[in-house]
Amino acid sequence: MKVTKLALLVGLTAAIPSLSHADTLQDVMEKDVLNCGVSTGIPGFSAADSKGVWKGIDVDMCRSVASAVLGDASKVKYIPLTAKERFTALQSGEIDLLARSSTWTATRDTSLGLNFAGVNYYDGQGFLISKKLGVTSAKELDGATFCIQAGTTSELNLTDYFKSNGMEYKAVTYDTSGQTIDGFKKGRCDAVTSDASQLYGLKLKMDDPNTVMVLPEIISKEPLGPVVRQGDDNWFNVVRWSLFAALEAEELGVTSSNAEAMMKSENPSIKRLLGTTGNAGENLGLKSDWAYQIVKQVGNYSEMFDKNVGKDSPLNIDRGLNKLWNQGGLMYAMPIR
Amino acid sequence: MNNKQLPIDGKGFLNNPQHRAVFFQIIALIAVIFCAFYFANNMFDNIEKRGITTGFSFLDNTAGFGISQTLTNYDDGTSTYFDVFIVGLLNTLLVSILGIIFASILGLLVGIGRLSNNFLISKLSLIYIETFRNIPILLQILFWYNVVLAALPSPRQSMNYLDSVFLNNRGLLIPEPIFESGSSAILISFIIAVAAVFYLTRWSRKRHDKTGEEFPLIKVSLAILILAPTLVYFIVGQPISAVYPELKGFNFRGGLAIIPELLALLFALSIYTATYIAEAVRAGIEAVPKGQKEAAKALGLKDHVILSKVVLPQALRVIIPPVINQFLNLTKNSSLATAIGYPELVTLFSGTTLNQVGQAIEIILMTMAVYLTISIVISLLLNWVNAKMAIKGR
Repeated sequence: MKVTKLALLVGLTAAIPSLSHADTLQDVMEKDVLNCGVSTGIPGFSAADSKGVWKGIDVDMCRSVASAVLGDASKVKYIPLTAKERFTALQSGEIDLLARSSTWTATRDTSLGLNFAGVNYYDGQGFLISKKLGVTSAKELDGATFCIQAGTTSELNLTDYFKSNGMEYKAVTYDTSGQTIDGFKKGRCDAVTSDASQLYGLKLKMDDPNTVMVLPEIISKEPLGPVVRQGDDNWFNVVRWSLFAALEAEELGVTSSNAEAMMKSENPSIKRLLGTTGNAGENLGLKSDWAYQIVKQVGNYSEMFDKNVGKDSPLNIDRGLNKLWNQGGLMYAMPIR
Repeated sequence: MNNKQLPIDGKGFLNNPQHRAVFFQIIALIAVIFCAFYFANNMFDNIEKRGITTGFSFLDNTAGFGISQTLTNYDDGTSTYFDVFIVGLLNTLLVSILGIIFASILGLLVGIGRLSNNFLISKLSLIYIETFRNIPILLQILFWYNVVLAALPSPRQSMNYLDSVFLNNRGLLIPEPIFESGSSAILISFIIAVAAVFYLTRWSRKRHDKTGEEFPLIKVSLAILILAPTLVYFIVGQPISAVYPELKGFNFRGGLAIIPELLALLFALSIYTATYIAEAVRAGIEAVPKGQKEAAKALGLKDHVILSKVVLPQALRVIIPPVINQFLNLTKNSSLATAIGYPELVTLFSGTTLNQVGQAIEIILMTMAVYLTISIVISLLLNWVNAKMAIKGR
């Protein structure tokens, strides 16, 4: 009798299918919450404010996907991750989506088993230095010590830049961006190097932001975007088109305040975007108003940009490369049709 | 209803208690193996589904990032991830070995001080032990790191000793010795001197056992150890020169730099672990019967001779086993350095490398294997010492 029970137990265990996350879209719908990996605090990208509310352009990426999939931008569980934890968290299925100012590189896109769904911010690596060093160009930084966050592309770019310019440097690597700026404040290093957008945020964390400056040189290309696991094409499509929808909305002049009125628009492109005609939502496995929910609850791309990093934020970063393609930038949404 | 009675003499296989015990152990073993196999299989299945690269071939790839402290010839442009692994391993070993040395010395002194008849010394030792033993090690590491960084001046205002040793918030800079041809002769002469001292010690002990005559061993040994290499140094034409640190631009160039992360970590680990060692030393000394001390005193031995020849040799038998644990703890605690950016194994290999390569399983396995190996080596070594120290049956 005992043996039979044991055999039954073994049989049951063997019958359990292997635990994998093949259908993230369905998982998210069943859980009714999106697990989104964000940073431990990069102002403008993902940072919790004094009330514990997450804000930033990456946070808006999470909220867009939650709006499209669950119809509610607030159904997001934010999981703060350090740079070196982020990809493992995504690989292991702890998070459904990684929106943590991650640079799209060949290694990450291939051997890590991940897919970048697009670019939500075109960035480049820069240097933040103390004004009293009297340096005006990165070329004068020979022999300087840098504070860097561990596990970033910044670590690799720094080596490339100094090697190719025949200069020497020393690197002190910290776990979080908080520790990095702390090391800089205490004088452990002469400069901080990171994505330029983050440097503007870090500058605000200084006791007196006027004592430091961001050098004009940009030493690398840093296309930042949302990341999903490889091998789940449906979920990949949902994230990619959530990003495109926000860009398309900006191009078509649909904003969070006029989205409702735009539902009655006769413009066929707007009709397809907001789901009054066509079946883009259905093909993605979502409701027909998926893009409407994104624009209504989160806003179009320019609203996200201005509110978090652009002219309406303390960072006040110029849109530069992040302008729409028809305004001289690189942001280009594939047509919804 | 069938009321057939069970046979009392139990000829069945499972009715034999011995067979039954073996049977259930085999069942349990099979269950454990099955579970392990199931999870491993599941893991490989998922890794393959997601297209994550596996294997150890990444170790040959170029790492391409800078490291603040390297004991090998690490070059951030050409060195591989395997070199990063070695750099991390050596940095871990460096801080562990130095930490063990400092913690042992400090622990021994404080442990003896705790038992001192001097009120001030014993109470200060007590306060030291109770304070540092009861604060989490991570907090202490962060505390010392902030103290080191806050207390030290910037490179341009360095504290300067004789224009050759500098202390600032980039670390402690000392002249770097450069060994030219002929310096191997000095090393050889030093090794010969060590061997000579070794034999001298044995000879003097034998003579002491035979005749009771004291030989000024320490003075003569020191003279041999210092004089022989110095003499050779001048004979072969002073082949060792030094590169002095020099302030150029932002930082000092040349010389050896001891980074503040290492100083802070070493400080925190030594001070923390020393409290436990001190308690072990106190316990060991208190375990030596009072009569031993009194008997030694009655023979007219001096206090320091009683401590070094009578009390400590007996106390060591009690002290060594708990101290082994503390050495292991210190080594494992060194991985907390990741909080202050000291480039040891966990920071470099299962931190930066893991993030650049993304192969969590291989990298974490390698890191765990390293700590396991270090721990086993330390405990084997000290178990051997322990066995040597044990009371031999006569």
